Amino acid sequence: MPLPRLIPCLDVAGGRVVKGVRFQGLRDVGDPVELGAAYSDGGADELVFLDISATVDAQVSAVDVAARVAEQVTIPFTFGGGIRSLEDATALLEAGADKIGVNSAALARPALIEELARSLGSQAVVVAIDTENGRVRSHAATRDAARDTLEWAKECEQRGAGELLVTSIDRDGTQDGYDLEQLAALRDAVSLPVIASGGAGNAGHIAAALAVSQAALLASILHENPARLVTLRDELRALGVELRDAA
Amino acid sequence: MNVAIARYGAGNVRSVELAVQRLGATVTADLETADLAILPGVGSARSCMDGLGSSADVLRERHAAGRPILGICLGLQLALEESEEDGGVAGLGIVPGRAVRLRGERVPRIGWATVEPLAPPTAARSSGRAAAALPPSLPATGDAYWFAHSYAADSPATVATSEGHSAIVRHGSFTGVQFHPEKSGAAGARFLAQCLSRV
Repeated sequence: MPLPRLIPCLDVAGGRVVKGVRFQGLRDVGDPVELGAAYSDGGADELVFLDISATVDAQVSAVDVAARVAEQVTIPFTFGGGIRSLEDATALLEAGADKIGVNSAALARPALIEELARSLGSQAVVVAIDTENGRVRSHAATRDAARDTLEWAKECEQRGAGELLVTSIDRDGTQDGYDLEQLAALRDAVSLPVIASGGAGNAGHIAAALAVSQAALLASILHENPARLVTLRDELRALGVELRDAA
Repeated sequence: MNVAIARYGAGNVRSVELAVQRLGATVTADLETADLAILPGVGSARSCMDGLGSSADVLRERHAAGRPILGICLGLQLALEESEEDGGVAGLGIVPGRAVRLRGERVPRIGWATVEPLAPPTAARSSGRAAAALPPSLPATGDAYWFAHSYAADSPATVATSEGHSAIVRHGSFTGVQFHPEKSGAAGARFLAQCLSRV
């Protein structure tokens, strides 16, 4: 298996990185290119940009952000949020993104996963799954998607998804640790790489998640202190997690 | 230094273009005359092979003339005789072997991994016309590169592997890498710089 991955997640709206609690009270925390480059320099293995604007008043399109990131950042990055069609996804990859992430659009129309995988290759298609108590939630986790998480994960795999980005809604933002039980069940249910999300509070949490999944998404734990990525990597190595030497 | 990148609908053209420009190369449109031709590749074998159109013959002639070509990821796989992807797709046939589905681990194989050269005897066998070949005078040992693939070459031209999978093939003036140097940070830039310095 390739090395375990640490993936900082940046929420983007209107061309800026924003931060808020549950999509409320968003505030500007910087430029996506500058922050992305800083994380890359700090040893990030990949980046995820999540466009949470998805509204008509967005001044800057996701494609423009992806193009600017690609000019400065030389590690892989995923763009998610608001992708509804093969055309949306293709434009992001052509701008320089490596993967696209879909969530609610895939739940609404699962055949989208097949269309994306057939044209772009499975390795470019990440399906994001928001889960709570073993059930899938949609629309930024505001609605019950009426699906069992493990069944949906298997369906995504069958339809050609390349990776699953699984966020435990009840852990998200708590920094109380990942939902290891859910992650272990997913590991056994599918043979795709799984990116664990939701709950990272310290290096021990991340090491535990990386023991049952292939990558860990880092959001809240970095938002107040992006430089924490560097110390986290050292702490993880001290815990015996083998990470890439980014030099 | 002129570099031409085959454009046929592959997803990573822009990233490859940016990577070689960062290293001071000029990107041109002419696959035939450029100092280096790059066959990028992200997507599915069939749609990319279909999209290649007349560039296929240009690349075959370029290889026959011993002029350097670098294939990246699916670009490596397309250079082979065939791929088992999409129910079987004929490749350019400029490198012996076929692309086979990865087995026995999580697929797609996505992430950073190191690359190890094969023992010299095997490597030497495939380097018939080494004069115009790009590296591998391989990547510094220990460097990890970015991989994202579901298929890999099964080829006698393999000169380096990653976790047992073919990672670099070399046949005449063609060098193919299964990893993405354009997305492999500092290590990838060093590898591409080596490629550019040889042409």
